[in-house]
Amino acid sequence: MNAEVILIIGLLAPLIGAVGCLFVGSRRPLPDGVAIAASTVSLTMALTLVALCANGSVHAVHAGSWPAPFGIVLVSDGFSSLMMSVSQLVVLASLIYANRSIGDRLRRRHFFPLVLTLSFGANGAFLTGDLFNLYVWFEVLLLSSFALMAALGGAKARLGTWTYVVINLISSLLFLVSAGLVYGKTGTLNFADLKIIIQNTESAFLIESSAALLLGAFAIKAALIPLAFWLPAAYPLLPPALSSLFSGLLTKVGLYALYRVFAMVFAGDADFPHREILFGVALVTMIGGVLGAVGQGDMRRILSFHIISQVGYMALALALFTPLAIAAGIFYLVHHIVVKANLFLVSGLVEKHAGSSSIQRTTGLLHSAPGIALLFAIPALSLAGIPPLSGFFAKFTLLRAAVEKGDVIAITVIVAVGLLTIFSMLKIWRAIFWGNRSDKVSPVPRSMTQTSFALGLVTIFIGLACAPVFELAQSAANGLLEPAAYLDAVLGSGNPKAP
Amino acid sequence: MPFVVAITIGLLVAAGLYRLLGRTKIDTLIGLILISQGANLTLFASGGLKHNAPALLYGQDPATMTDPLPQALVLTAIVIGFGILAFLLTLVVRSQPK
Repeated sequence: MNAEVILIIGLLAPLIGAVGCLFVGSRRPLPDGVAIAASTVSLTMALTLVALCANGSVHAVHAGSWPAPFGIVLVSDGFSSLMMSVSQLVVLASLIYANRSIGDRLRRRHFFPLVLTLSFGANGAFLTGDLFNLYVWFEVLLLSSFALMAALGGAKARLGTWTYVVINLISSLLFLVSAGLVYGKTGTLNFADLKIIIQNTESAFLIESSAALLLGAFAIKAALIPLAFWLPAAYPLLPPALSSLFSGLLTKVGLYALYRVFAMVFAGDADFPHREILFGVALVTMIGGVLGAVGQGDMRRILSFHIISQVGYMALALALFTPLAIAAGIFYLVHHIVVKANLFLVSGLVEKHAGSSSIQRTTGLLHSAPGIALLFAIPALSLAGIPPLSGFFAKFTLLRAAVEKGDVIAITVIVAVGLLTIFSMLKIWRAIFWGNRSDKVSPVPRSMTQTSFALGLVTIFIGLACAPVFELAQSAANGLLEPAAYLDAVLGSGNPKAP
Repeated sequence: MPFVVAITIGLLVAAGLYRLLGRTKIDTLIGLILISQGANLTLFASGGLKHNAPALLYGQDPATMTDPLPQALVLTAIVIGFGILAFLLTLVVRSQPK
């Protein structure tokens, strides 16, 4: 199989699986089996793409064989294949976990096909090489997430769902207007073509307005403060399998778009102050998120605020904008998706075991369920940045990038927010895992703990095999900053427009 | 022509923002509909507005044609917007007390 076929199979497998799920009804184990199979196929293809793109090569599919700036292109480079495989890993984990955690028949009927269309949208967003198509894939992803929230969140989550839908709709409209402006000014929407035009222009006129709108649109999707408060309103009320999937996937697709657009496409000589804006916003997001978490009294709410704080780290990496910082940011994304999804899965284990994840009511899990305590400890320590887990290397490389740049404010904030993160992980640990053993406990299905354990192993693996994973991140970052291979693959090497 | 379209877009977005900040969910919904129409119109105008020029006639001088791409894009955007607004309306109806 050549890379183009692998890319297409990886993209379409979730869609085919979603249609399959609709046909087989809702009785165990049919829809779960179909969904897990489809997701596994997609994950395998994505991992193959990572291997193929590891040396910096880029593979593009021109839909209908239309030449590049005119037709639709799907491109797999180091960054997109890496993101696709990590996100598909989280999708797979959430599907396996939901198999036991979501028992209700009506909910099962909605859950499996919608999660697959969601991952179809995410795959498309990672692979597309065109600004308008990115908008369309975002809508595929968002519409599935809206439907999932409405179908599974129930009456409790209704207000959060409403906020989430409205704010995301506004973000999509900003995105749409900005795509229109880009087309009006440059006559193209293709990333590669845009990159060449922006590289060769001296005037900031071409990028100013569109870059500002795109920054706003992606900041909403990535949950950067001050546009982040929809997130803690919506996530904690969803079933754990779903909030785990959302926390791993949704904001990270927004971050992916930020990286793709601001590290690759809108990076030229002409100046727009987006890096300064992003720098300020990232610092505020890191601090605001972690301080927000301090005041919360529920495990899932604390974790939701930590998503915001961690998103700040990744935005900071983009704002520092050195090759090391971008590589650190991509490594951070990979580490964070796995860890955050796992923490939400563990919160679901706690709820299943003790009936609640409130830090006032739940105590003593260390005695009644030491296994869950261990499963919590792995991602929590990794999130806080304790070696040798993955989070340590993510924070360390980012810190190193800040030190190399000599940015004192960034260094201070990275360290301080890291300490506060440890503090709130300790708060969860002390309240929920220490204390007196409570009697009202129920057993947790084995497949749920095993899913969480598998993600924990991935975290340990990323920590121990940090060097090869970081090399992948570095090659992905190079692909963004020096996109010669990308331009060749998309526009064709003999293209007259190529520099 | 561009002037009229620009003013219309401005009015649509301004009116939409005003309704968006209203108290009820229906207000928000109407505001979003107006803003999304403004966004669609912006997208439509992005290819340049030509009077009396069809899109894509085979064998004709390209200078006499309108750029067909924004029309295709706006069609996509309208369909997506319609779907999402229908979903929002369902949410509004479902959240009304029976």
